[in-house]
Amino acid sequence: MTQLVRMTGIDKHFPGVHALRSAQFDLMPGEVHALMGENGAGKSTLMKVLSGIYQPDGGTVEVSGQAVSIHGPRAAQALGIGIIHQELALMNDLSVAQNIFIGREPRRSFGRLDEAQLNADAQAIFAQMKVHIDPRAEVRSLSVARQQMVEIAKALSFRSRILIMDEPTAALNEAETNELFAIIRGLRAEGVGVVYISHKMDEIRRISDRVTIMRDGAYVGTVNAADTPIETIISMMVGRALENVHVDIPDLSSAPVALEVRGLNRGRVIRDVGFSVRQGEILGFAGLMGAGRTEVARAIFGADPRDSGEIIVHGKTETIRSPKDAVDAGIGYLSEDRKHFGLALGLDVRANVGMTSLARFSNAIGVLNEAALEKTARDYIAQLAIRTPSDRQEVRLLSGGNQQKIVIAKWLLRNCDILIFDEPTRGIDVGAKAEIYRLMQALAADGKAIIVISSELPEVLRLSHRIAVMCEGRLTGILPGGPGTSQEEIMRLATLKHRSPEEALA
Amino acid sequence: MTTLPAATPARKPASGAQQKLLAFASLIALLVFFSVASPNFLQTSNILAILQATSVNGVLAIAATLVIITGGIDLSVGTLMTFCAVMAGVILTNAGMPLPLGIVGAIAVGAICGTISGTLVAKMKIPPFIATLGMMLILKGLSLVISGTKPIYFNDTPGFSQISTGSLIGKIVPTVPVPNGVLILFVLALVIGYVLNRTVLGRYCFALGSNEEAVRLSGVNTDAWKIAIYALAGSICGIAGLIIASRLNSAQPALGLGYELDAIAAVVIGGTSLAGGRGSILGTMIGALIMAVLLNGLRVMSVAQEWQTVVTGGIIIAAVYADMLRRRRAAS
Ligand SMILES: Nc1ncnc2c1ncn2[C@@H]1O[C@H](COP(=O)(O)OP(=O)(O)OP(=O)(O)O)[C@@H](O)[C@H]1O
Ligand SMILES: [Mg+2]
Repeated sequence: MTQLVRMTGIDKHFPGVHALRSAQFDLMPGEVHALMGENGAGKSTLMKVLSGIYQPDGGTVEVSGQAVSIHGPRAAQALGIGIIHQELALMNDLSVAQNIFIGREPRRSFGRLDEAQLNADAQAIFAQMKVHIDPRAEVRSLSVARQQMVEIAKALSFRSRILIMDEPTAALNEAETNELFAIIRGLRAEGVGVVYISHKMDEIRRISDRVTIMRDGAYVGTVNAADTPIETIISMMVGRALENVHVDIPDLSSAPVALEVRGLNRGRVIRDVGFSVRQGEILGFAGLMGAGRTEVARAIFGADPRDSGEIIVHGKTETIRSPKDAVDAGIGYLSEDRKHFGLALGLDVRANVGMTSLARFSNAIGVLNEAALEKTARDYIAQLAIRTPSDRQEVRLLSGGNQQKIVIAKWLLRNCDILIFDEPTRGIDVGAKAEIYRLMQALAADGKAIIVISSELPEVLRLSHRIAVMCEGRLTGILPGGPGTSQEEIMRLATLKHRSPEEALA
Repeated sequence: MTTLPAATPARKPASGAQQKLLAFASLIALLVFFSVASPNFLQTSNILAILQATSVNGVLAIAATLVIITGGIDLSVGTLMTFCAVMAGVILTNAGMPLPLGIVGAIAVGAICGTISGTLVAKMKIPPFIATLGMMLILKGLSLVISGTKPIYFNDTPGFSQISTGSLIGKIVPTVPVPNGVLILFVLALVIGYVLNRTVLGRYCFALGSNEEAVRLSGVNTDAWKIAIYALAGSICGIAGLIIASRLNSAQPALGLGYELDAIAAVVIGGTSLAGGRGSILGTMIGALIMAVLLNGLRVMSVAQEWQTVVTGGIIIAAVYADMLRRRRAAS
């Protein structure tokens, strides 16, 4: 069988960055081939070369045995190459079907659009994928998971034989991930070759046939997924073995309460949520996507208005009406959506790191101390191993995981007493993940109160001293952390509908 | 685990610099072209006339740059300039107060009007285009009402015309009698350039234009900063009002409409992005100079006024297109 894709000796330079160093990759028909590596290893770049977005500086690309040069996304589509980007690229105001067929709308005479045909075509693709999405729905109204499905449908609409998925499950929950995997398996059975990029180690075994590992822009090796231990893959990625981080639950019964929330309500998304976090404690928040965890965090932080609820910081009731009030009260919030809410992408690393704390870096008349800012930014670049040519690099040019580290850096700099991490390791590689876990534990040991919202149960279990579980806007229970609590117990509370917490705990 | 050093020596992002270089090269090219085409062009008196002509538009363009970098737009800069000039007339001529009070008053009026625009945009969430369009008309109307549609002359305040037409530099170095209006422009450009690049206010200008929500979620009082930026822009319009009134030795209430478009044109030619988050005062200054040189050069070559306008329009489109081309190349 000839290979669908063969890439050899691919080289790519960006200003100040040697992103790909003679990288190689191949793909067979009917296989799911995982591409793994640390943040900034060059995975997305390699796939952007394959999909015509970047032109390589050197190397050859063969598709079905033919050497090709792919000059743009259109050329890639013509070759049957479809890509679903790490950052979704849909037009929120258009309907699902309009998004899928943008630029290829079926026409009627005089250039009128044939909306009926458009919707029918979209419906046909969804039927093939065995998912139910209304082609007329506005994309804005869909969940991230559904939007992902729309992206896949769009890629399939080109009759792609090669489908590239860049971290498709980063924002999906367990059930949605299963749905996606079912679709991928269906495609594989039809002979489509799938390139699958993910930082979630457990998924690799479940979905992929082969794994190619990259490090620092170079090819490390290709192994069979079935008979290679995860540890081997990890050490190939990071170039060393990783030690495990364990929860070590401290006795906090005498520690003062840092944050207490009482009777928090907001429409139907937050219903009577109340909890407290002590100084030095890590409180995990588990739940399915849409359980209202992010909403609770945003309400506490003053990012969204709330209907009612008391927020008590260090025993004092605070009126928090805006994020500024929250930060003044010592609460920091790291948003799950870094692109929209976390970063000014067009500004450089230094400006973003300093964003929360400019007052500290300026004199009485507001003149910035650039030297101090530079030093601080560089310190964080070193401490968090942020991969960037300099602190003057625009943040939009960094890889996804490195962008996330910048969000973390800016909040570390602000030095809040209470920190809410919303999906802090989304899109972050295993090595950096361990680093961030260690950091959070160090912060807690330092007396800070930490709230971690995560959709990855292993992460919640590994970090939390206590675990709050939410379902449909309610707090359905708070479990102790540590090995005594099982994933099943959390899942039971996470799916517990319309019952009070007392019953759940009984 | 990284082969890149954690932080290599700082490299300035190339993007803005290249556009400025391009604009600067065009300016030089224009200068060379007109010098060759017309022997009168390089006369000291003509160069001074160009600078003099730049002073008002340049100052307004600086104000517009601030607002445009935040991702907004200010259509009221021209009529606000006139309104401030009229208020200076009210203070100095009608009320007979001393000169310093007139200067401070005009700038304060500008700052207040800017604060109002900023509040409309930040607090009441009216899109900047609409809010400042409304302000533009309100201020135009108010100027006419307050002045009774007649010019206010500054004949009773002898020092007033010195603001623009006197020459501090000329007193020290008699061979280069640069008028004060031009001096004010360059000093202001230096000051605001410093503010943009070295102060908290400047940093938030770029940050707001780049991603306002992210800035808000960083715990920054974005509304207050936005209002402050509009207020600063307004006070700069006050300075422009003083310059133009001083040059004409009168406040002309019917003047002002159309100046905002020239100012925005200078900003855009200078490489500041109308989408916000990107821009510089140096670029704006070059943009304003390009416009002034072009108009002056065409006049010196006796090209009809009508054609001068046509050429200006063409230049704007060419400048933005060049910027687009450069960015497309940078992206691939
Ligand atoms: N357009 C660009 N300009 C400059 N540098 C870039 C550009 N695109 C990517 N890079 C750099 O190239 C390197 C590889 O980036 P890439 O996005 O391919 O990483 P990745 O393996 O996908 O990482 P992640 O897991 O974090 O998504 C990074 O150092 C990144 O900063
Ligand atoms: Mg990537």
